[in-house]
Amino acid sequence: MIEISVGPGDVTDIRASYIELTRRRRLYGGALLALFVAMMVAGFRTADRRNAGSFRDGFAHIFDYPAEVLSEATEKAAQLPDHIVHFLPALIETLNIAAAATLIGAIAGSVLALLSTRGMARWPRLIPVFRRMMDVFRAIPEIVIALVLIFMLGGGPVPAMIAIAIHTAGALGKLFSEVNENASLKPVEGLQSVGASWTQRMLLGVIPQVGPNYVSYALLRFEINIRASAILGFVGVGGIGYELRNAMSWGQGRYDEAAAIFVLLFLTIVAVDQLSSLLRDRLTHGGRT
Amino acid sequence: MTLLTTDLGPEGLKVQADRLFARKRLVNFGLPALVLAYLVYVFLAFDVPGLAERASLDNARTLVADSYSYKTHVTRDNRSGEVSVAIEGERKGRYPEGAAPDWVALGETTVIDLGSGHRVEFAPDQVRYDIPGYGTVQAAPGRSGVNAVLPDGPVPDWINASKNRLAITTLAGRLTITRNRSEVFRYALGWELFWFTLDSPYHGMSPFALMGLAFDGEAGAIWSDFWTNPMWRHVDVAWAIGETILMAFLGTMGAGLVALPLAFMAARNFTPLRGLRFVVRRLFDFVRGVDALIWTIVLARAFGPGPLTGALAILVTDTGTFGKIFSEALENVDSSQIEGVQSTGAGTLQRYRFGVIPQITPVLLSQLLYFLESNTRSATIIGAITGGGIGLLLTQAIITQKDWEEVTYYIVLIILMVMVMDWLSGWLRKRLIAGEDSRR
Repeated sequence: MIEISVGPGDVTDIRASYIELTRRRRLYGGALLALFVAMMVAGFRTADRRNAGSFRDGFAHIFDYPAEVLSEATEKAAQLPDHIVHFLPALIETLNIAAAATLIGAIAGSVLALLSTRGMARWPRLIPVFRRMMDVFRAIPEIVIALVLIFMLGGGPVPAMIAIAIHTAGALGKLFSEVNENASLKPVEGLQSVGASWTQRMLLGVIPQVGPNYVSYALLRFEINIRASAILGFVGVGGIGYELRNAMSWGQGRYDEAAAIFVLLFLTIVAVDQLSSLLRDRLTHGGRT
Repeated sequence: MTLLTTDLGPEGLKVQADRLFARKRLVNFGLPALVLAYLVYVFLAFDVPGLAERASLDNARTLVADSYSYKTHVTRDNRSGEVSVAIEGERKGRYPEGAAPDWVALGETTVIDLGSGHRVEFAPDQVRYDIPGYGTVQAAPGRSGVNAVLPDGPVPDWINASKNRLAITTLAGRLTITRNRSEVFRYALGWELFWFTLDSPYHGMSPFALMGLAFDGEAGAIWSDFWTNPMWRHVDVAWAIGETILMAFLGTMGAGLVALPLAFMAARNFTPLRGLRFVVRRLFDFVRGVDALIWTIVLARAFGPGPLTGALAILVTDTGTFGKIFSEALENVDSSQIEGVQSTGAGTLQRYRFGVIPQITPVLLSQLLYFLESNTRSATIIGAITGGGIGLLLTQAIITQKDWEEVTYYIVLIILMVMVMDWLSGWLRKRLIAGEDSRR
């Protein structure tokens, strides 16, 4: 910068320093890129070495399993509707786990978010405590809580629900508190001036402002939670994931059941995906204003 | 709001306002009622009332107690008279012959001091337990039973005595006597043998003594004794954490690399061919719809358990998500910048490099980094299914149902790992994207 201002007429200087700058930037960019590529290659080779089957051998067989399942399913295509009906209750259980966990998590998350937003908090000094609490809730993978709770509470949907709800409370709490920061504090002050309690201030002053955004985030979370609940089922809490595991461990001969579950799961996820994106679109763009 | 037309007159307005209020009231009370009704239904459907029977408080107590304390077993074989001392009763935690912690005095009569006046004696033919405030319990285990002699008076509920078994649980410890075995548990705070196992010469040394030895050139030996600790397996744990992060990194970055070119094909302003756009978009939807769980199962069949399978499962699933996000970002690209670059005579490649890429880099980077963090968590879960990384160690430790201190250790490590990744991704995002902004 100094050279440029010292010699305004000296075009060659400017040019030289510009070229120097570009060269340095290119060098940094190149070094970063090389580092990235090196990390990818080294990482891939380590992963490949520590895997049971190698990438090169496995690559040709990726479609073996789907092909087996498909061929068996098409052979017994007539039974597919029966299977789908048979597994419907399990699917409903998975959906219920996700829905209940999202609801409970969203309620807990909104309380946590209100408690940790400046200007709205009930106990302003405890804001950092609630923030850290949300961080920890968010950091714990569902499976950890679920497995520990299964040991204490026995199998069944409740451990999964609690596990997903805790994670959801943390994740939604963070998003909700970001929404809260953009909310106007005037209604809260107005309510305070007429002697409203904290609960009343929050319910009547804040929630109506942020409600649509909350719902939109919660819907997005619902989608994620369905997947999580299916995965937890696979680890042993019931629902469609559990059925899938059973059908798979029977191996050949029951692949038609596995196929039915695949189809059910796929359709559910796609349907919820579409529905929630439609609703979210409505909430954020249409409807209001 | 358009309901309130003014030509209605005060009466009409009032009716309208009443109706509006009624509707609002319905919504405000109806929605919570609906939520409540659903929760009640779930409560019944999940059989929460029956949970009390299924729940095992004992399990919960072991878990909590084990997570912050450990017990040392002093066991006497009543037939041979041999006494052995082992931490958690495990072979790996057994004291060598003739050695014992300082509260156990081995000898003809082994004296075990449980602290605060509680003393247990293993004499050659009888076992005595002095319980302060209660008296002395004696037993002579043999073929005819335990032959316990309790002080006079009613038997308290912390003593469980029968012909063949005597169990005494006090705050200081626990004594069980059967015909063949007498065993004392003493509880202590902490995680046993976390640093060194008993066979290591460095066990029980103070940190200062260790520091001194380390400076004397034993640092390597100290490190290797800690690192290869057979009880806590620090090497394996470190590898497992590394594998989990590796899965997340490879999966996320690989997905970004695969999704970017595909996203160009799915963006309206870069691909005029409607058919191609449609196909690529449905591909994204399909890949996203076939959940990570199913991809993991399918890929595990082809590649076997391990980190590569996990990385590929993340890669495939996220390709769909990234493809969608990137193609939306590409459709929002400002075309005037591209035209500007074109006006200087740039070719196609240069137009993309200088006109398009700088515009989408912030979105791209921030999404990649955000997913890197969330995928660390997914990798833990996928690891539990495919058998790789810290997820596998955690499930193994939980299945054995006894090493709860290890479970606690893994949980703490997982939380720390996710938090560090969260912090790292936030820091990188700030650095890289802020740098990007100041450049422009």
